[in-house]
Amino acid sequence: MADFNVNLRGVGSVSVIDVKGYLDAHTAPELENVFNKLLDDQQFRVVVNFDELKYISSAGLGVFMAYVETMRENKGDIKFSNMKENVYNIFDLLGFPILYEFFKEEKEALLKFDAQG
Amino acid sequence: MNSSNKIFERELLVKSTTDHLAQIREFTKSAAAECNFSDETIGKIILAVDEACTNIIKHAYKYSPEGNIFISSKFENGKFIISITDEGKHFDPALVPEPDLLQYNKQKHAGGLGMFLMKKLMDEVKYSTLTGNKNQVVLVKYLS
Repeated sequence: MADFNVNLRGVGSVSVIDVKGYLDAHTAPELENVFNKLLDDQQFRVVVNFDELKYISSAGLGVFMAYVETMRENKGDIKFSNMKENVYNIFDLLGFPILYEFFKEEKEALLKFDAQG
Repeated sequence: MNSSNKIFERELLVKSTTDHLAQIREFTKSAAAECNFSDETIGKIILAVDEACTNIIKHAYKYSPEGNIFISSKFENGKFIISITDEGKHFDPALVPEPDLLQYNKQKHAGGLGMFLMKKLMDEVKYSTLTGNKNQVVLVKYLS
């Protein structure tokens, strides 16, 4: 069984999703559930903290692709932080850095939302 | 016989469900590790195999859990060769478009990256149809 955990917390007006373990086609629906909850709650400003994520496949990347436009249409965004190099390399290979913002620390991503008002 | 000429062969048969992906990754990891690839390259091979099997589960078997996925790996002449065979719906890889991330984001399109990733991560990716209505994808990584 793939070991994956997702946790949602609020920091001011931003929702922070902590992902942990292995994000693949088996576990991606757990992350989708969290994004669906955010949409239900009209929460569109999201930081995903990857500090404890060990592995991601395209099924995991697809979750962000499915939701980012909705967040942006509602003046929000999905920003990424604390990514390990091996995980970042996959995002990079697929061209994500052109379309998404990556931050070394969660705090920087939160500040960027603050700066955007 | 030096290590680049050694032949390691391994096989794994699993059903077509996503809860087997972790097992598939473990199998790939231990097979690739025997061939002295770097951790970084092992990571690439694991992801390519995961993507290939995910595509089989999703597209060839349409999430039907009773399909078979047969994986065999071998290392010979400096090449790590992983063959993945299924008995699901045939597909023509030539019909799969190059992904356009900007369009996919705009269209809220969640898929379409797996085959592109496999090609980026491996040295060779070959699709074929075998007798008995089987499909096979062969992934190759050179030990450089």
